[in-house]
Amino acid sequence: MSVRLRIIAAMKQIAEEQQVKLPPLNDELSLHETGFDSLAFAILVARLEDDLGIDPFTISEDAAFPLTVGDFVRAYENVPA
Amino acid sequence: MSPREVFALRDYLSPELRGRTLSDARHQVSLTDVLSHTCVGGRLRELSGRSVLLSVSGQLIAGLAMIELDGIARRMLLCPPDLNPDHVQALIEDADIDVIVTDEPRRWTDSGIYLIIGAHLPEEPAKVVARTERATEWLMLTSGTSGVPKIVGHTLEGLCGAIVAEGPARGTPPVWATFYDIRRYGGLQIFLRAVVGGGSMVLSEYGEPLADHVARLSARGVTHISGTPSHWRKLLMSGAAAGFAPRYVRLSGEIADQAVLDGLAQAFPNASVGHAYASTEAGVGFAVNDGREGFPASLIGEGRDGVEMKIVDGSLRVRSKRAAHAYVGKRASALTDSDGFVDTGDMVELRGDRYHFVGRRGGIINIGGLKVHPEEIEAAINSHAGVRMSRAKSRRSPITGSIVVADVVLAPESAGRDKEIREEIFAQCRASLASHKVPAVIRFVEALNVTPAGKLARSDA
Repeated sequence: MSVRLRIIAAMKQIAEEQQVKLPPLNDELSLHETGFDSLAFAILVARLEDDLGIDPFTISEDAAFPLTVGDFVRAYENVPA
Repeated sequence: MSPREVFALRDYLSPELRGRTLSDARHQVSLTDVLSHTCVGGRLRELSGRSVLLSVSGQLIAGLAMIELDGIARRMLLCPPDLNPDHVQALIEDADIDVIVTDEPRRWTDSGIYLIIGAHLPEEPAKVVARTERATEWLMLTSGTSGVPKIVGHTLEGLCGAIVAEGPARGTPPVWATFYDIRRYGGLQIFLRAVVGGGSMVLSEYGEPLADHVARLSARGVTHISGTPSHWRKLLMSGAAAGFAPRYVRLSGEIADQAVLDGLAQAFPNASVGHAYASTEAGVGFAVNDGREGFPASLIGEGRDGVEMKIVDGSLRVRSKRAAHAYVGKRASALTDSDGFVDTGDMVELRGDRYHFVGRRGGIINIGGLKVHPEEIEAAINSHAGVRMSRAKSRRSPITGSIVVADVVLAPESAGRDKEIREEIFAQCRASLASHKVPAVIRFVEALNVTPAGKLARSDA
């Protein structure tokens, strides 16, 4: 599974657990519009770290937190494995 | 020389009570004729009135030395086997130690203590029968994980307070055992019950595989046994409990949640299963024998048997004749507040008519500014039938600062159902915990570390 698909799968899983209704996900969707609160994002980042072995937001001190789903996925894709 | 009101362990060891033994994996010693023997070469005159550091490798010899030294030495500091050697010098100074009783004399040649008395097995016949001279002060160490442990001072009378209150065991004399080391408060309680209450005792052995230990307990006919919930969870997980049939099972030292109480009731259908509250500082507080977690709110207040309890700022405070009388040492802090209450640091919460332990004050983890007790999360996870034990801890998060994660050990019968069980645990936690307490990640692990004091290891969290 590609990084993108794993991220989408993890988001769907968390949305179900947190009883959040996810809108259709596309790159332009702002993270705010996903309905995820900060706890849901914290869970997402922790699980992706276990799954992919990386946490792009901790590696780089000055990394701005992404604004859209596309930015979020690219943050993971751009980290050298 | 021996005022009648001063009693020591030897005064409970009547030669009329036959067939009593103290054993470990290698030796068995008769408690019936222990008074006519010595494990310190009969050098009690040199030990009279001295401050003794008791540092021996095994529990059997430790127990025999306690019996021999009590009522002779001024004070006796019990060293648990996991004592950090770097802390010894500070303890020697704080407790004014002037004699070391040890089975490893060479280890102590540089200690600066000139009198070192060798302890050894087998015991040899004593030339003179010892007589109680004084009330020896019993010094125990706290089991905290960091820094020099605190020295806690007790009297035998205080240590035996709960034993005397319960009265002697009825029927056949009990055979006691504990997963604790007897140089820790929880283990010492069992040792004292065996000596004072007229029974026998089977000691645990450091490094002995659990299955071998339990086989030994069965073979020696152990009827009464205690340990921490972590000890018991390990036993339940091991499958070694089959064939072992104690009639009295007790938990102490950690929070006994409903899952472990139910697990033990199922594993030992003919046993009385109960949990007790005790700490090295506060002594034995109370026992709960109704099979339920927590304790009745009616226990708070004046109480019985000289134990008085109150809740202040969420923590249990105990004023009791069984409590230690002081921390010992030059820089020792006060053990009690000005009214004589010990702040146990154990946090409780009233739910209905029962108080439930929620965790240690010092163990609180901070999740995005909200305070969380890991024990509360573990209790929610452990309530899943497929789980044997768990540990919740915080993990840093770039989003919220920190999140809760949990390591979980599954019961053997849960094998192959990881995904399903993970989802069930999440669902159960969401149903019973506030959202910030629900673990973000659940990891299945083979085992969780338990400290030498029998408590779930949290230091690597």
